[in-house]
Amino acid sequence: MSAVATCPKLAVWKFSSCDGCQLSLLDCEDELLAIAEEIEIAYFPEATSGEIEGPYDVSLVEGSVTTAHDVGRIQEVRAQSALLVTIGACATAGGIQALRNFVDVGEWIPLVYASPEYVSTLETSTPIADHVPVDLELRGCPISKAQLVDTVSALLHGRRPRLATTSVCTECKARGTPCVMVAHGTPCLGPVTQAGCGAICPAYARGCYGCFGPMESPNVAALARQWRELGAGDDVMLRALRTFNANAPAFREASYDHE
Amino acid sequence: MSETREIRTDYLARVEGEGAMLVRVRGGQLEEVQFKIFEPPRFFEALLRGRQFTEAPDITARICGICPIAYMASSAAAMEQVGGVELTPQLQALRRLIYCGEWIESHVLHVAMLHAPDFLGYDGAIELARDRRDLVELALRLKKLGNELMRVIGGREVHPVNFRVGGFYRAPTAAELSALVPELEWAREAGRELVRWTAGFDFPDYERDYAFVSLRHPGEYPIERGRIVSSTGLDISVDEYEEHFTETHVERSNALHSTLAGVGAYLVGPLARYALNYDELSDAAKEAAEEAGLGPVVRNPFRSIVVRAVETVYAADEALRIIAAYERPREPAVACVPRAGSGHGCTEAPRGICWHRYRIDGEGTILDAKIVPPTSQNQKTIEEDLVGVVEGSLDLGDAELAHRCEQTIRNYDPCISCATHFLRFSVERL
Repeated sequence: MSAVATCPKLAVWKFSSCDGCQLSLLDCEDELLAIAEEIEIAYFPEATSGEIEGPYDVSLVEGSVTTAHDVGRIQEVRAQSALLVTIGACATAGGIQALRNFVDVGEWIPLVYASPEYVSTLETSTPIADHVPVDLELRGCPISKAQLVDTVSALLHGRRPRLATTSVCTECKARGTPCVMVAHGTPCLGPVTQAGCGAICPAYARGCYGCFGPMESPNVAALARQWRELGAGDDVMLRALRTFNANAPAFREASYDHE
Repeated sequence: MSETREIRTDYLARVEGEGAMLVRVRGGQLEEVQFKIFEPPRFFEALLRGRQFTEAPDITARICGICPIAYMASSAAAMEQVGGVELTPQLQALRRLIYCGEWIESHVLHVAMLHAPDFLGYDGAIELARDRRDLVELALRLKKLGNELMRVIGGREVHPVNFRVGGFYRAPTAAELSALVPELEWAREAGRELVRWTAGFDFPDYERDYAFVSLRHPGEYPIERGRIVSSTGLDISVDEYEEHFTETHVERSNALHSTLAGVGAYLVGPLARYALNYDELSDAAKEAAEEAGLGPVVRNPFRSIVVRAVETVYAADEALRIIAAYERPREPAVACVPRAGSGHGCTEAPRGICWHRYRIDGEGTILDAKIVPPTSQNQKTIEEDLVGVVEGSLDLGDAELAHRCEQTIRNYDPCISCATHFLRFSVERL
């Protein structure tokens, strides 16, 4: 059998997003051409005008659902995809644009657009998994390139991708970064945030801002007590929880305690 | 009965974001051109209300994954103005340095991976690599270096974490930056290779007398600061922008169209920066431009790909200059205390000026925000280019005409995610 015939077909789809997560695939400068030899990039409009019809072995989906049209489109994507992997905070949690879920979006439109009647949008920004079954999620705003490459490689070789479910704290320990809360009194979301980024923020002398979303069973209440001792009250915690993963259930629910 | 033809390209590829395009030709006459943007609105200006002024760089970075530094730098500059804070020269240089990284990453992505395939008849860079692997590998290595600059200073390539109002969280050591020098020296030469390569493309014969708008700052090619100037004689501070530029909301678009008072459509981005600041280019960049046969003004939008390559040479050269003079600042940031007022910030995103205005209260809460990204400023000029290009190309067959129109749009490296989604392209001949 020829290699071409067995090449898995990859598709990359965009919903409401900044394009940064799909860009991460093009940012794999060392791996991109090698990946393209083992995978047929069948649909990836940001990178190529070539298009091969589905069905697809793997679909990477970036972005959140914010329009009536996209509610239908994600169903079509699911129907054509053997495996559907959501990439990034927009696709896995609704993104920064899910801040609209906490307000009446009708009040927002005139703040940006002079002719609100031209704008059609849903009242909410929701993750892909609210609409169709999702096989795997890559967290992050943006996703980690290392996790993306590992995931693509895992899928190619039929193994499980290595995705951490612990907190960012474990990554600080692993790279030897002193705890910014203990050493510098800097509020940090690391203890409640899922690992995967490599604990970049504390290594750059700032607190984690939660862009990988909540870890499994986060204890936000305990962290909030620590933050208060550092002088960061409810308003600070509320904003921290309501940023790039505001609509992730664990952050969303915890945020109501700080309103 | 007059000829009835309908040509449709459902999805314009190789742009950042999604939009729509309509060209209607009836009886051999161009009837209408629309460049539609319906990226679903994400309401950044609204969601910024009530946030702390210090959050603006991290939040606005999420407008665009390709040029986050543009948003971080413009918003930070605006907040620093409200706070009455000036960056130290070292911090200013560091901000310029990370911005050089973004220019290299974004320009090379567009030049080699998104735009060059148009000129060479490929679907994309991966297809191009089958025949010209050497060039694609050169481009990938260049792009990687741009990303490496962003990563070393900013912590990561997309949405860097080390950037704040007043400076940075952590200033890199001189050794960390010096480690990049050999690759930057290679990049300055590789950039010239990119210039030579693109200069050899076959360019459609099309020129317009554009109203160019860019920043200008004495003694440097504009990146992270300057006054707003134009080829029509405008020379204003960033604060005066709204007195001269107007945004209009048109039905077909979720982006807002911009016009310059008394002029109309205008052009921002590489062609404008180059024409208005040619004298400030470094020697290496000027030599590259001369070798490519570019004069001090380029009016053929298809040649913008060469100008982007020249700016890539400049960015590598400028990064080397900054690193050679770098002394690690004692403090990574200057303190910025909030006070009630308005601030304006404008910097040169790879695609052109990115203008921000914020009003904050005495506690640092953002009361309102206005953000004008480069692609929405170019939207009207893109439509005018399409009119000109289509009128001069009606003899082309349907597929060629569609391709030429797509190429015309890609001249602007449109970032539709910034401007707000979905570039669907169709040509109708009725």
